[in-house]
Amino acid sequence: MGIFQRFARIPLKSTYIWSLCRQYSTDLTAVDRALIQHRCVHNRGLGASPGNPGAAPPRLPFSRVTQEDLAFFRTLLPGRTITDPDLLKSSNVDWLKTVEVCPQGGNTGLVGGSVPVFDEIILSTSLMKQVITFDNISGILTCQAGCVLENLSNYLEERDFIMPLDLGAKGSCHIGGNVSTNAGGLRLLRYGSLRGTVLGLEVVLADGRILNCLATLRKDNTGYDLKQLFIGSEGTLGVITAVSILCPRKPKAVNVAFLGCSSFQQLLETFQCCRGMLGEILSAFEFLDASCMSLLEKHLKLTNPITESPFYIVIETAGSNATHDEEKLHKFLEEVMTSSLVTDGTVATEATKIKALWSLRERVTEALTHEGYTYKYDISLPVEKIYDLVQDMRGHLGDMAKNVVGYGHVGDGNLHLNITSPSKDPALLAAIEPYVYEWTSKWKGSISAEHGLGLKKRNYIYYSKPSEAVALMGSIKAMLDPKGILNPYKTLPDNIH
Amino acid sequence: MLPLRFRRVTMSARVLVGVKRVIDYAVKIRVKPDRTGVVTDGVKHSMNPFCEIAVEEAVKLKEKKLVKEVVAVSCGPQQVQETIRTALAMGADRGIHVEVSGKDYETLGPLQVSKIFAALAKKEQADLIILGKQAIDDDCNQTGQMTAALLDWPQGTFASEVTLEADKLKVVREIDGGLETIKIKLPAVVTADLRLNTPRYATLPNIMKAKKKKIVNVKPADLGVDVSSRLEVLKVDEPPQRQSGVKVETVHDLVEKLKEAGRI
Repeated sequence: MGIFQRFARIPLKSTYIWSLCRQYSTDLTAVDRALIQHRCVHNRGLGASPGNPGAAPPRLPFSRVTQEDLAFFRTLLPGRTITDPDLLKSSNVDWLKTVEVCPQGGNTGLVGGSVPVFDEIILSTSLMKQVITFDNISGILTCQAGCVLENLSNYLEERDFIMPLDLGAKGSCHIGGNVSTNAGGLRLLRYGSLRGTVLGLEVVLADGRILNCLATLRKDNTGYDLKQLFIGSEGTLGVITAVSILCPRKPKAVNVAFLGCSSFQQLLETFQCCRGMLGEILSAFEFLDASCMSLLEKHLKLTNPITESPFYIVIETAGSNATHDEEKLHKFLEEVMTSSLVTDGTVATEATKIKALWSLRERVTEALTHEGYTYKYDISLPVEKIYDLVQDMRGHLGDMAKNVVGYGHVGDGNLHLNITSPSKDPALLAAIEPYVYEWTSKWKGSISAEHGLGLKKRNYIYYSKPSEAVALMGSIKAMLDPKGILNPYKTLPDNIH
Repeated sequence: MLPLRFRRVTMSARVLVGVKRVIDYAVKIRVKPDRTGVVTDGVKHSMNPFCEIAVEEAVKLKEKKLVKEVVAVSCGPQQVQETIRTALAMGADRGIHVEVSGKDYETLGPLQVSKIFAALAKKEQADLIILGKQAIDDDCNQTGQMTAALLDWPQGTFASEVTLEADKLKVVREIDGGLETIKIKLPAVVTADLRLNTPRYATLPNIMKAKKKKIVNVKPADLGVDVSSRLEVLKVDEPPQRQSGVKVETVHDLVEKLKEAGRI
């Protein structure tokens, strides 16, 4: 009982001692039993119900992980990894009976896609963190899936390049995870999505076959582009083990402007003006509302650099010539100030000030955690409708919610809608869902712009995709993973119709 | 006619603020291959953080209507005008660019700068000089003290709090043992320490206004100052590289490594 209590506090994500991830060296058998028990207690698999589509479904008839399995892995993986291909081939047949696998990178996902639901084996990429090659003429980087995004950024910056994506979780997320969730982030506006920048993948399929599509070619029209299947598949079609990605040159001049607008309409007009006057040097256009700013001031003690406004914009420019860029930026700022599209603002060219301005946008998520329980929604909508959703939700929820805030990649039409309450409130959840999804569906938006479906949103897919599409997805899944062992209970809905 | 020292500070007080253009705090410094200095070409420069604090303090005094005019001063080549403009955007009224370039700029140090400031203080009839306590490139921490000595003015260095009381300045100084409070008569020299204030962001309306403010060019010779240096830099080296640590997988490996290193 003592051991069970002590280990009951270990978060669900990092429990399997004998697996390929972090180890806790203790009395294995007693703890294994306790943990499996603990997990089953928590996930009794009450099943996704109409009132709770995000909950875990009943456990599918996979094999149970037994003591024999644990012993097998312990002998097979004394050093926790095997890289000898011959050994791998023979090992990959026996145990792939029907024991399910949950691939896990940095575990920073927001929809539960990297967390086992029952007793799936966690396949962690954290030891696969080598950079394989980097070509500094073409800018093509080839690396293993477990490389942390920030480490790759640092590696590239020394060589005068940058990663084509950047997100708040960069200190922990793995590139393999980024690719398998088709992560978006702050630079998508400028460099496009991973679907364009990833040139090749090495993927291990459900039956252990290795699919080597690790090309480093910018153009290759030979047959179907298989890598697109795996990008964004959230580990359900194959496990990504290596990535080759096209990296842009590090910009010589980066400037950040932080502006205040008195209405969303003016924010949109500022965006149009920005596109016109800053066009080729624009690398980010983000927004946050006044509620976000007050949370940042209240919980993180950050200071608002300008006068209070209903909306704030963060604009980043990145170019090859500091003088040209500053001239363009100053002309733009003069234009928006004199036409009163913008009520106040400030500019930064030095690294420390740039970081300070970016933290006002990047730390909103952190500030929200101090408010209690946060309900997070990541919605794609036509740009003009983005803030309408926030205002409608405020009206709809009234006093039930403590805060309803909106922020996000307005340049990409992506809203992060967050609703907080002091603690988990089923009545509030019932008021939010499915209202928010129906609203999104009405305007032909996406119920998950960049976070993916994972466990929590798998059953909402029909709000954004027609049944023919989902049925075809099911067929592809059945073809690539007939036994359904790769990341079960995720991404695709429980009942495909 | 009262001597300069006893002039009562009134609303017509003028403050001189020194601002230095240095390599930005966040940039990784590289030593030049010939080891005569650090690489400055193409490297991001910005206002010395302590100078920003000095400007902020001067502007605050002006906003409280305790001083009438804030003059930002910088010594160096053409590029220092950017630094003066930043001070103007933060609220300084006008700027003075003391032109020093080429070899003279490379050897420009606290002694020459303090002579320039002393001369300017007399010329502009300044009542107060606020400087940053030190520059982040040379870490000299000398200019303020030398300027006060040349002018025979009192000094309040490492200031974390400055209060104007009639014609005296109450300065709380950060010293090793804690905080020291002194009262000095104006005119005086104050050097700003980290906790004096938090510099404001230059907002767009002020950046626009700053474009119209005047920056006057002056040569050291016009002020009767000789900027030649009696110091010679022999060489500049990087600090010794820190050896990286080694991560081990198991306790067994750790014990082995410790034995190898002769530690156990």
